[in-house]
Amino acid sequence: MMKSELIEALTEQQTHLADKDVELAVRLILERMSDALAEGERIEVRGFGSFSLHYRPARVGRNPKTGEAVSLDGKHVPHFKPGKELRDRVNAAYLASLERAEAA
Amino acid sequence: MALTKADMAEHLHARLGLNKREAKDVVESFFEEIRVALERGEQVKLSGFGNFDLREKKERPGRNPKTGEEIPITARRVVTFRPGQKLKSRVESYAGHEH
Repeated sequence: MMKSELIEALTEQQTHLADKDVELAVRLILERMSDALAEGERIEVRGFGSFSLHYRPARVGRNPKTGEAVSLDGKHVPHFKPGKELRDRVNAAYLASLERAEAA
Repeated sequence: MALTKADMAEHLHARLGLNKREAKDVVESFFEEIRVALERGEQVKLSGFGNFDLREKKERPGRNPKTGEEIPITARRVVTFRPGQKLKSRVESYAGHEH
């Protein structure tokens, strides 16, 4: 599912809202989430999951083309931990599909 | 302090003029639609933010950490997140230590 398809699915549900507003809402939610992470703030969505930053210490890397050593600064990377409801629903659907495949 | 659905709804209320009920519904549906797509076994790609991918794990041996008893960890499908380039570069330069 692409962002455009997510917007489409939401416009079908949120019939009382203008399509334009739904599109903007999706953009605003994602911007707000990105802004939070850029400021080092965690995101916690119950039943979906949490986003936080993980620190990757400085290291010496190599230019893959020349083999030359380059020192890389430490940096933060976004990390997502799925919440229990998301984990359980995704896995339950998967196990059900495996059972169906076995029965067929 | 963490960003929550309530903060996102407040943001939509302030920026879009949606009433609080509408804003809360949109935020709730946003996450629900992503869950539904992942449940269907579909990858979710949100350009500029990142992709939610699915990975299948085979059954592997495990142990009850309390009793030491051996119990297999059954085959399962898990969700992983791959941040997009834009999000990665925004976060990379964060200099603080709060995680």
